[in-house]
Amino acid sequence: MAMVSAENRGLRLAVRYAVLTLVAIIFIFPLLFMVMSSLKPQAQLLADTSSLRAFLPVGDISLQNYTDAFRRAPVVTFMINSVLVTGITVLLSLAVCSLAAFSFAFLEWKGRGVILSVILATLIIPFETIAIPLLLMVSQLPWIGWNGLEFGWLNTYRVQIIPWVADGLTIFLFVQYFRDLPRELIEAARVEGATWFQVYWRVVMPLAGPVIATAAILKFLVMYNQYLWPLIVVQQESVRPVMVGLGYFFQLNTAWGEVMAYLTVITLPVLAFYLVLQRAFIASIASTGVKG
Amino acid sequence: MATVRLRNLRKSFGAVEVIKGVDIDIEDGEFVVFVGPSGCGKSTLLRMIAGLEDITSGTLEIDGVTVNDLAPKDRGIAMVFQTYAIFPHMTVRENVAFGLTIAGAPRAEKERKVAEAARILQMEHLLDRHPSQLSGGQRQRVAIGRAIVRDPKVFLFDEPLSNLDAALRMDMRMEIGKLHQNLGASMIYVTHDQVEAMTLADKIVVLKDGEVMQTGTPMELYHNPANLFVAGFLGAPSMNFIKVEVGSVGPGQATVRTPALDPIDVPTGGRSFKGGDKAILAVRPQYLTPTAPDAGMLHGTVALTERLGAETVIDVTLRDGGSIIAAIAEDRVLKPGTEIGLSFDAAKAHLFADEALHTEPH
Repeated sequence: MAMVSAENRGLRLAVRYAVLTLVAIIFIFPLLFMVMSSLKPQAQLLADTSSLRAFLPVGDISLQNYTDAFRRAPVVTFMINSVLVTGITVLLSLAVCSLAAFSFAFLEWKGRGVILSVILATLIIPFETIAIPLLLMVSQLPWIGWNGLEFGWLNTYRVQIIPWVADGLTIFLFVQYFRDLPRELIEAARVEGATWFQVYWRVVMPLAGPVIATAAILKFLVMYNQYLWPLIVVQQESVRPVMVGLGYFFQLNTAWGEVMAYLTVITLPVLAFYLVLQRAFIASIASTGVKG
Repeated sequence: MATVRLRNLRKSFGAVEVIKGVDIDIEDGEFVVFVGPSGCGKSTLLRMIAGLEDITSGTLEIDGVTVNDLAPKDRGIAMVFQTYAIFPHMTVRENVAFGLTIAGAPRAEKERKVAEAARILQMEHLLDRHPSQLSGGQRQRVAIGRAIVRDPKVFLFDEPLSNLDAALRMDMRMEIGKLHQNLGASMIYVTHDQVEAMTLADKIVVLKDGEVMQTGTPMELYHNPANLFVAGFLGAPSMNFIKVEVGSVGPGQATVRTPALDPIDVPTGGRSFKGGDKAILAVRPQYLTPTAPDAGMLHGTVALTERLGAETVIDVTLRDGGSIIAAIAEDRVLKPGTEIGLSFDAAKAHLFADEALHTEPH
């Protein structure tokens, strides 16, 4: 009996590892292809695509594509723009959406159920349908800047940030998480004399680590991958983000090696961000049942 | 320390009234226990005093001030929750000091008060731990510590021992009793456990369906229950209720009988009866003494015995088919089926009208 069960366990383990390896391969190979291709000259890159050599660092390997990519486009500027826009949006979004969710979850005010429903309903509206009206709106909005009052937000960071700060999904994630917190904790803090903001800041947010990580990663990915919106609201190179910058590389004869080099560079912040928050992210998915 | 006055306090959730006009006076330094079955409104009442539930109507005074519309923090109360409600991301020290931190108390004062609370609750060695490293009893200590440091006028306890195991519950019960003696503060304590109520309270308030059934010292309630509900609720095993018919009625007493009970005179406890009334005779199991089968006032056969060592609980089936419980303060072997008689001191029995378990003046 013991033999059989040991064998069974071995077999099960083998199957499990086989499946995991397969899944890992499916996810890793495109990345591998991208990085390897970025190291090869155009002719070899295209020739290698017909064999497994595409995934191996073989042949004429060099960093030439990176040099060329940096020469073709202001990669550093694009990276700074994207990181700035993404970072600020993520931080603002966490603050605004968690405060809104706090209000929905803990404060009692008339109509909060209806308003929450309306906010959740916005989840089913595709961005493409509101892109043009939003463009018309932001092109006329006022702003008080260094030069006093001005109108129109085009070609700025703020036009890339502000419309994306509040969103239904992030609010929903926070509301769900907050509702699962023990009510007595909030009541105890109130009895102890905490104001609502102190309850939010000292009790609720310190306990919201997993949902903060989830919301941050989801927002980060959305913002870092922004393409359509910056494409239509930003014409100046100085505030252009990385995804729009990709357009610099698609010409009559696309230099695929440079494209791959560019992609490799702009993927790095995503990997770094994800690795940092990975543990909290997994804990959050396990506890909320929300998939990223 | 302070007095608390509840005057015609009412609470409705939508159309449902859950607190139906409650009047309670809590004196300075008194330990008052709200007791009653699940859903009787005792926790809601406590939460209304704490300010966690709105008061629909009536007035609530703490220390002579009407506090109906004051926020919890302005009422001078501290509350200990059933689930402890200590903050998992803070150390014990930070938890205990939370109220002081919020109030912006100076560091030295905070440290002094936390040290004092830790000394009273014997948890100095736990101060730098996180709640996840504490046992249930230790967590409850932290919750009580958090209440102590605020020097409240009134302590509120919402079933603080329900989540603890039996042995620990007894220890903590004694500690809370000592705490009350040492601090001398007014305390309101909600429980469904009548042992906690009997042992801790200066005054018990028995609640049922949002109404006060009776208020009094534990012994008043035990010896002179105002109605069937209180009679049945306090004491273990529960009081025996025997359906009887009232014969003749004299001043302060009435003669009652049933097929299983020889006619006896029992005190009416100020309640009025007339001949021919159906009534309920209530007798505590502890007041029944076994006799020879043909002696005594009640006659039947033993159905079951439970030997607890110092006490033997006997379930007796009476001749008219009714059932009665006797608790004898000794170890006694009685085989099921044994014929037995039971007698009791009629002066210690209570007579109630045979109606639904209704309220009577108290």
